[in-house]
Amino acid sequence: MGRLLEVRNLKTRFYTQGREIHAVDDVSLHVDEGETLAVVGESGCGKSVTALSIMGLIPWPPGKILGGEVIFQGRDLLALAPQEMRQVRGREIGMVFQEPMTSLNPVLTIERQLTETLEAHQAMAPAAARERALEVMGQVGIPDAPTRLLQYPHQYSGGMRQRVMIAMALICGPKLILADEPTTALDVTIQAQILALMKDLSRRLGVAMILITHNLGVVARYADRVNVMYAGRVIERGSARALYATPRHPYTLGLLRSVPRLDRSRKQRLDPIEGQPPDLGALPQGCRFRARCPYAEKTCAETDPPLVPAGEGQWSACWKWEHLSTKSA
Amino acid sequence: MYGYIIRRILLMIPTLVGVALIIFVLMRMIPGDIVVLRLRGEGGAQVTDEMIATERRRLGLDKPMWRQFNDWMLGIAKGDLGTSMWTGRPVIEELDNRFQLSLQVALMATLVAVLLAIPLGTMAALRQDRWPDYVVRVFSIAGIATPAFWLGILMILAFLIVFKWMPPIKYTPIWVDPVANLSQLIWPALATGYRYSAVATRMTRSAVLEVFREDYIRTARAKGLMEHIIINRHALKNAMLPVITVIGFEFAFLIGGLVVTEQVFNLNGLGKLFVSAVGTTDYVLVQALVLVSAFTFIITNFVVDLLYAWLDPRIHYR
Ligand SMILES: Nc1ncnc2c1ncn2[C@@H]1O[C@H](COP(=O)(O)OP(=O)(O)OP(=O)(O)O)[C@@H](O)[C@H]1O
Ligand SMILES: [Mg+2]
Repeated sequence: MGRLLEVRNLKTRFYTQGREIHAVDDVSLHVDEGETLAVVGESGCGKSVTALSIMGLIPWPPGKILGGEVIFQGRDLLALAPQEMRQVRGREIGMVFQEPMTSLNPVLTIERQLTETLEAHQAMAPAAARERALEVMGQVGIPDAPTRLLQYPHQYSGGMRQRVMIAMALICGPKLILADEPTTALDVTIQAQILALMKDLSRRLGVAMILITHNLGVVARYADRVNVMYAGRVIERGSARALYATPRHPYTLGLLRSVPRLDRSRKQRLDPIEGQPPDLGALPQGCRFRARCPYAEKTCAETDPPLVPAGEGQWSACWKWEHLSTKSA
Repeated sequence: MYGYIIRRILLMIPTLVGVALIIFVLMRMIPGDIVVLRLRGEGGAQVTDEMIATERRRLGLDKPMWRQFNDWMLGIAKGDLGTSMWTGRPVIEELDNRFQLSLQVALMATLVAVLLAIPLGTMAALRQDRWPDYVVRVFSIAGIATPAFWLGILMILAFLIVFKWMPPIKYTPIWVDPVANLSQLIWPALATGYRYSAVATRMTRSAVLEVFREDYIRTARAKGLMEHIIINRHALKNAMLPVITVIGFEFAFLIGGLVVTEQVFNLNGLGKLFVSAVGTTDYVLVQALVLVSAFTFIITNFVVDLLYAWLDPRIHYR
């Protein structure tokens, strides 16, 4: 499988109230054609900012990409002119956002919001665009598409709106979809449907996917590989299977222990990670997870651990990865 | 929807009757008697109390209040607004030209305001905290701080001194002679339209800024749409909702509210008529003018509500 996207040393900062927020700090990740990469981490760790940086949608002010590369199909997106980048968005990379309730324009019909992407990128005639819109509506499982096209977002339920968002992301036949917590705002039964739909479409259409989530249960079922982020960094990376079996970072270990699992007895207590992530405007020296880490020692306070190979197909940014007790419960 | 429209129109009746009742009572509470004022106004000391009583009877002022109100309302129901107590001419005739004039000035001022406010407010929002925003802010703060009549005086002075020209004083309906009509009315429309646009510009700016923070604008960007489509299709339609409210309100105010500006430009509009009618305590005329104003407000509100429903599919009137 070819390399579709390679992000190298991405740094994105925000400047607010005289402070410099290191939202994404030296993040590298990659996605191969057709695969699903999960990006996991607590709220505020920089997942959305990573996705928006890839899309070139960081608003200035207050945000700015200070460095790095985003190589997509051999081109560095960060070096593209705004006009060229506009043609990548929506055509080659589609995006699905978290909030289906507010991410659709309330005053435009679904048809308008679907077909405008085709008009923007493929100069498609209205009749053909409508045909294509009906086709993707069918693919994402919206029944009665001809009527539904003429309706407005408020006439759709949350799950249906998210299907529309997915249809919108797919309509130009992109190579990659960035899904930023696509199901967080939906109720549980619908979450599973939407994720299954996305996974199925990704497989059938050969679209790669970056699935941002803070739900490790989602990761296990739908992702090929995982990048775990913490405080603006990728701190562990590996195949979903390996990560579950042998977490190589105390944070991942903590995350796994804090997830309720059906395969474990109910008496086993959940074990949330104590403490708060560091302030991204005033990062400590050394390892960012140190303050919450049961394994921390002197070295961790002095030098920030780099992301290094840690066993078969896994990477970890922990000095002590070899010493973790890998029994994840 | 049609049911809604009909219901709204029917609802206007109790509202207008309420307004009529209030103004009817208020007029009779203020001191001053039109009969005394008219007959004895210029040292007419020889006017006897007898004559005054006769005149009062002729005007129907001797009847009990409820009868007077009743007669007035019945007259209106038949389309008769009554007769001016001061000039003796039917109120309808007094209003006719003046209403046309005021309506035209208000419409033109609104046009000026909309044409200035929407592009300027949008531009200021798009270039927030950069020089175009500052220029627009200065323009609109100056507009809010500048009374329209003062701007009007400056305009007239400028015409006189620079061009040795004065706008015509006599009102010509636009369908009779558009050039004469516009050369009289365009100036007050500009003077009031500027102030009006200042208010609307600020509203547009803040509405556009707000809409630009919405998630659906980010979605539009993520689709790779052109900036002008994002602005015109996605942002403006949503941003227009609060702006329309402001515009509607100002418009309704302009009809009948342009007292000083009409004075400056020597226009015979409703504002001027209103002031003189109050001065002479011409009950019938004041009451009619208040009703006309109230009616304009109600109609404008109604139109604003319909525009809302047209712009925003979430709003459904039943
Ligand atoms: N527009 C912005 N202005 C200022 N700071 C921002 C902005 N967007 C993000 N940040 C900061 O960047 C950091 C990372 O935010 P990000 O939205 O990427 O988190 P996240 O991992 O997506 O979290 P969540 O799970 O809550 O969505 C946060 O600390 C946040 O305060
Ligand atoms: Mg997020």
